[in-house]
Amino acid sequence: MPNIRDIKRRIQAIGNIQHVTRAMEMVAASKLRRVQNLVWAARPYAYKIAEVVGRLALAPQAREISLIVPREVSRVGYVLLTGDRGLCGAYNANLINRAAERLSREEHPAALIAVGGKGARYFSKRPVEILKYYESIGDEPDLFQARDLAREMVDFYLNGVLDEINLVYARFHSALRHEIKVERFLPVVTPSLKPTEEVDYIYEPDPGSMLEIILPRYCEMRVFQALLEAKASEHAARMVAMESATSNADEVIDQLTMSFNKARQAAITKEIVEIATSAEALRVRS
Amino acid sequence: MSPVKFEVVTPERKILEEEAESVIVPGTEGYLGVLPRHTPLLTTLKPGVVSYRKVGRETERLAVSGGFMEAGPDKVIILADTAELASEIDIERARRSRRRAEERLRERPPGLDVARAEAALARSLARLKAAGSD
Repeated sequence: MPNIRDIKRRIQAIGNIQHVTRAMEMVAASKLRRVQNLVWAARPYAYKIAEVVGRLALAPQAREISLIVPREVSRVGYVLLTGDRGLCGAYNANLINRAAERLSREEHPAALIAVGGKGARYFSKRPVEILKYYESIGDEPDLFQARDLAREMVDFYLNGVLDEINLVYARFHSALRHEIKVERFLPVVTPSLKPTEEVDYIYEPDPGSMLEIILPRYCEMRVFQALLEAKASEHAARMVAMESATSNADEVIDQLTMSFNKARQAAITKEIVEIATSAEALRVRS
Repeated sequence: MSPVKFEVVTPERKILEEEAESVIVPGTEGYLGVLPRHTPLLTTLKPGVVSYRKVGRETERLAVSGGFMEAGPDKVIILADTAELASEIDIERARRSRRRAEERLRERPPGLDVARAEAALARSLARLKAAGSD
């Protein structure tokens, strides 16, 4: 029979853990709300710029722009967006597995750009070249971080360090659902237009120069969007994980309370039996 | 003439969405005005002042620091890098950054990024102009 005092101590310990998980759940929920608003606020711009880039890319001048024109691939880059911290269920593990699987299937030499500590730590022990490593994106990514990141990637591409760059990140759908995406970042895949949208436009200046101006912004926006989506997914994953941890703790506490009561009752029964037996013995003697 | 739907968005948020009778924007080739039923046009913008008139109201202004605009028959949308409504502009801050940029451009310290200083100057001037105090 387990010791009553031990059981009591465990109930208390698990109660303490539950306080922590519940607090983490609430913190994640409020961070999620904030990042979710950022995701929504960024969408109108993101959709519009994608549409404009798609339209401009139809112009013949687009075929001379190096960010658009694919070239012979000698090295492929993967940008892996993970979190810096754990306790968010399988979020980081899923991303890492997906990236590892893509890397193992890759026919060309590959290199990794790790954004987020978890991904970097995993791949630093494996035979993959980590070209660049960013940590501490924080809980709410801002446009400046996205800008730096995007510029660096564009430089890698333009300087010939990488001939193709892909993003691996979690796209946020809802608090309960996110989806891991592997998307081409560079060379730019131009969003296709619906036929009805192909109106004749006046361009000022010409489409080529406009693309030169707009493409860098488009790249920044893609990175910004990916950072936001990934962060929202991470907070959501953490919230869900902590919620289930809290309810698991409830379950464990229930079970322990049950064994505590059983043990208590057993002890009482045992005591009564002892008293009864000794009383009986005394009576028989007299 | 029926008004156009006028929107200004930045990567961080939607700045405004209004029905406008006319819009004037700082295109890279010069300021240009857009009225309803404009032919489809796509243009890049330089730092400057965007002014627009709401239906039956007076002209309102905002500062943009570059971006681009898509105009169509019933819709005008500006994708700005940053944009501030005249009422949101911090005039003191804009003045300070104008002074700083002017000083830099006058003294030309070695290693000065001239393009950047000029862009900063243009941005601060646009803010001051939009706020109505230059």
